[in-house]
Amino acid sequence: MIVVDQLSKYYRVANKQPGFKGTLKHFFDRKTYDVPAVTDISFKISPGEVVGFLGANGAGKTTLLKMMCGLIHPSTGLVDVGGFSPQRRQTAFLKEITLVMGQKQQLIWDLPPMDSLYVNAAVYGLSDHEAKVRINELAEMLELGEELTRPVRKLSLGQRMKSEILASLLHKPSVLFLDEPTLGLDVNAQARVRSFLSEYNKRTGATILLTSHYMADITALCPRVICIHKGKLFYDGDLDSLANSLSPSREVKVELKKPCASEQFEKYGEIQDLNDRFVCLLVSRDKLTAVVSNLLTDFDIIDLEISDPPIDQLIGELFIKGEVN
Amino acid sequence: MRIFGLSFKLIKTLLTTQYAYMLEYRIEIALWALSGVLPFIMFSLWSQNDVGNSFGLTDIGLARYFLSAFLVRQFSVVWVVFSFEEDSLSGRLSPYLLQPLHPLFRYVASHLAEQATRLPFAIAIAITFFILNPSSFWLPSLPQLFLAYLSTHFAFTIAFLLQSLVAALCFWTEKSSALERLIFVPYLFLSGLLVPLSAFPSNVLKFAILTPFPYLINFPAKILSGMPVDIFNGFLAQILWISILIPSVNILWKLGVKRYTAMGA
Repeated sequence: MIVVDQLSKYYRVANKQPGFKGTLKHFFDRKTYDVPAVTDISFKISPGEVVGFLGANGAGKTTLLKMMCGLIHPSTGLVDVGGFSPQRRQTAFLKEITLVMGQKQQLIWDLPPMDSLYVNAAVYGLSDHEAKVRINELAEMLELGEELTRPVRKLSLGQRMKSEILASLLHKPSVLFLDEPTLGLDVNAQARVRSFLSEYNKRTGATILLTSHYMADITALCPRVICIHKGKLFYDGDLDSLANSLSPSREVKVELKKPCASEQFEKYGEIQDLNDRFVCLLVSRDKLTAVVSNLLTDFDIIDLEISDPPIDQLIGELFIKGEVN
Repeated sequence: MRIFGLSFKLIKTLLTTQYAYMLEYRIEIALWALSGVLPFIMFSLWSQNDVGNSFGLTDIGLARYFLSAFLVRQFSVVWVVFSFEEDSLSGRLSPYLLQPLHPLFRYVASHLAEQATRLPFAIAIAITFFILNPSSFWLPSLPQLFLAYLSTHFAFTIAFLLQSLVAALCFWTEKSSALERLIFVPYLFLSGLLVPLSAFPSNVLKFAILTPFPYLINFPAKILSGMPVDIFNGFLAQILWISILIPSVNILWKLGVKRYTAMGA
């Protein structure tokens, strides 16, 4: 169980004005002030849950993750991860967690990943046999083979990231803190990392806390999301409910036999797009059945498709707005 | 079997991995070894002007001292502040802080591995020195060699802890390598790298022996070169400095990590 209670973090930063005068003033009379990164956040996470942290750049999600894994100390408030206070970094706690940061590496650059894996195995006190079994098991799940014996610098970004994940999970942690684990990966590599994490969660029952800019990561892995805006929590719940509350409408895409004027569609819903024979309408859920029925009656239609607006678009709007209706 | 709380297997794995890593950079390490020829430059300077006699040393004594200073320097050179600063600013320190191994042990392992990589180059340079100065050739006795080895390791430990103390300031200043200059200057003058400490006026000498610097080069070099030296008080001072520095680093580190902001990570 992870408990976060009224957690806040402030960073002290110096403010410098531009120009020579500003530089002199900054040198002799430096002015610092506290910038709130996370403010008064509380939530609980049960064992085995997969939770996504959503927020724009600088929202405070990575700071929150770093406090939960014990990397940085909170300014105020409390974090409890499985009965441990993370910032104390007790050995028993460190053996239960791992932190994976996209494009930040712990593997030794000029040596094959296997060397780093054996260092990690020794750090976590695994026997040679245990280490071999776990490396083989994880390598199979991550589809890694001879890449593990090639110098890290010769690996592709995707292979490197998978090797990083392998190194981070070698000690079978029960809590995974993943900060942008698919950052910079191509679509196929992202999909492989996602399916691995899903499989790892199913096999081990590990709790996964994930931040990502790719909505596909969140939708594929996280039934629950925590949204943060300017350091404050403004939504904690399941992703489907978030999508519903963000968009009480659905998209109706229509392919017509012949082009029609836009005025003809105004009474059915908000016109999102009109291009020759193709029309995309935003229709409120309560009117959906009636509107679809009327469209089929009033127009000569070849095809009709009803869908939710893309979650990326909704979340993007949410970040700008900073609140859920 | 555990040393400083680390299993033998962990120590072996860290050292062998770091050695493999250092071998990837063997040319760079050879150049680093060559760049440590300052004692030879000082030797040629002092011997040509016959200044050595004023230190109470013959030319041969001076040659042996500076060769010993070179060898001691090769195996006590420390760069932890630079690695630590880079790791800290780039965010590489973050995963290390979340593993059940104090990050400083990784740096110790990389220093020891680097020393092992330097060894053949240092021997080659010493042989070249003897070829060029055949009269200065000597072979230390086994007890001398053992004591010199031990005092060099203590010298390395003191130098490592001193720099770790400065490195821990990274948690406050972000650019603590600049502060390393504060150590480097007194190190250069008071360690015996430029001139044996016996050349200093007595009041400077009295001050110097109160600092850790003479025990970094002068003391081990004197043992290795066979010059008269107070072995008991020398080792006592080394152990004393290690005993002061270990808790100091520990306290500063604990205070520092509370301020860690995981920049770049």
